[in-house]
Amino acid sequence: MDANELAVRCRKIVKVYDTGDQKVTALNSVDLDIRMGELMMLVGPSGCGKTTLISVIAGILDQDSGTCELFGEDLINMSGNDKLNFRAKNVGFVFQAFNLLPSLNAKENVSVPLIINGMKRAEAESRAADVLAQVGLDNRFTSLPSQLSGGQQQRVAIARALVHSPRLIVCDEPTSALDHDTGHTVMELLKGVALHSDRALVIVTHDARIFNFADRIAEMDDGHIVKVTNSAVMARKTNSPEAL
Amino acid sequence: MNHIALKMLMGDRGKYIGIVMGLTFASLIMTQQPAIFLGLMTRTFSFISDVGLPDIWVMDAKVQFVDDIKPLQDTELYRVRGISGVEWAMPMYKGMLKARLADGTFQTCIVVGLDDATLIGGPPVMLEGSLEDLRRSDGVIVDIDGAKDKLAKPSVIPGGKSTPLKMGDNLELNDRRAIVVGIAKVTRTFQAQPVVYTTYSRAKSYAPRERKLLSFVLVKAIKGQNVAELVQRIKASTGLAAYTQEDFKTLTYQYFMKNTGIPINFGISVLLGFIVGAAIAGQTFYNFTLENLRQFGVLKAMGTSNWVLLRMILLQAVLVGTIGYGMGVGLTALFGYAMRNTILAFRFPWQLLIFSGAGVSLICVFAALISILKVIRLEPAIVFKG
Repeated sequence: MDANELAVRCRKIVKVYDTGDQKVTALNSVDLDIRMGELMMLVGPSGCGKTTLISVIAGILDQDSGTCELFGEDLINMSGNDKLNFRAKNVGFVFQAFNLLPSLNAKENVSVPLIINGMKRAEAESRAADVLAQVGLDNRFTSLPSQLSGGQQQRVAIARALVHSPRLIVCDEPTSALDHDTGHTVMELLKGVALHSDRALVIVTHDARIFNFADRIAEMDDGHIVKVTNSAVMARKTNSPEAL
Repeated sequence: MNHIALKMLMGDRGKYIGIVMGLTFASLIMTQQPAIFLGLMTRTFSFISDVGLPDIWVMDAKVQFVDDIKPLQDTELYRVRGISGVEWAMPMYKGMLKARLADGTFQTCIVVGLDDATLIGGPPVMLEGSLEDLRRSDGVIVDIDGAKDKLAKPSVIPGGKSTPLKMGDNLELNDRRAIVVGIAKVTRTFQAQPVVYTTYSRAKSYAPRERKLLSFVLVKAIKGQNVAELVQRIKASTGLAAYTQEDFKTLTYQYFMKNTGIPINFGISVLLGFIVGAAIAGQTFYNFTLENLRQFGVLKAMGTSNWVLLRMILLQAVLVGTIGYGMGVGLTALFGYAMRNTILAFRFPWQLLIFSGAGVSLICVFAALISILKVIRLEPAIVFKG
């Protein structure tokens, strides 16, 4: 595969947490490629290293060894400021608990990544309003997160992840706090609005109901990637009577 | 990002008000208690301030403060008058005498005897009558606070309201009649005793028989005379103590500072206010940061630098500090205004604003510092924890 087509290229990633009494190996020589225009899901049991892997991929956690290239750049070799700037421009986040700033309204929340990237507030809020309209929240610009439903909050979070046009969007359990229908809508939105040929999506999830949205699914266990399959196979397996 | 910092701060009204209230309380205690302390200390030399005209006060060498009277012989007055550079030197009597009130009870008063001819050293403000009325037979001038309070005529009905002493009323000072010929406004003294002004010769007649009765010699330097040099000349020529007005005030309040527990008591109050204020404001601000840690983590994950986060926290600290300080100082000023006509001592100079401002700044810096350390050490990966 052409390296230029890769959004993420991880090789032999190792991450060990030192908890004082013992050392826990969260990632043990992980190799993973994520292509541009691809929606990759990371699945596996709790504690298997999914969150650690997306933290390393998103550049918010340094691996102990191995290389993790994001669009051809190895973040571990970057200075602190360069890494921040790179992350601010290239990575968007969607969290399980939405993590919206509770005292900012929807428009202000969505404008935050643009302000971090140096845009003036008025311009950033104007752009944020456009993206909110794209995710179907054009009538809730001034609502506080507490005034929005879970699904609406996640839409705001998606708008926030998209507003600065990042090339990688990292989602941590984006549907686990939502009911089935809302989760489905959110995934359709992510796939429809967020996924482009020049952007990749990585989603950590336990939610088997959304596996069929993925292009590929990486199964993790005990700090390893056990296998990578295409989503149709995985969805078929998880929806089979034996699995249920 | 400043806008976001302010919205984060004010988003939780309860916490925001809690931080501001903590700082208001600290600022209030750090200004109100010292203002009362300064008011009390000012009262220790208020008598000197009220006698504004002389440049130099001459007294016995052993005098430690304004109420520590060690009488001089009248001849000392003439010795001082003979010193070159002295334009005039006047006698003053100051002593504590008992006044017998209409109901037979006694009240200790500060009796001040002024030079019979010039009446130099009289009260600063006359409310009724004039200073010259002291020349009338048995005339005395009484201070308004004393007239309304301690020298007031008791009610004939038990428990009834007493009647303020007024012009023409009689007092008895050491079995001698005194007639009120004037009411004056004087600065309250530390002991808060009524002040009764009369002439020097009449004061001597009121005072118990003693060989020496001259309390102070008040000196005015001739124009162009260096006052400090004249002080030295008086000391050298007479062997007495001589102080400029400011030096005499300093001598007096330093005596109270060294020999009373007042500075320690007020110091403890101010220190406690500072500690409690720092604890309340510091802890509330720190808790506020802790509760917003995930939000700071989100901002950090999205690419906000530690420097920007530090600026955000400092802005929050400066804002709550300024509001808390302003409210505390405002409440102190309001307290002082409300108490202006009461017995409570209160003085609020600009230096106190700087002192309390420094105290509140210290609390804010402390609170911001511990919060900043927490945020700087924060791993942005916290955002992925449930």
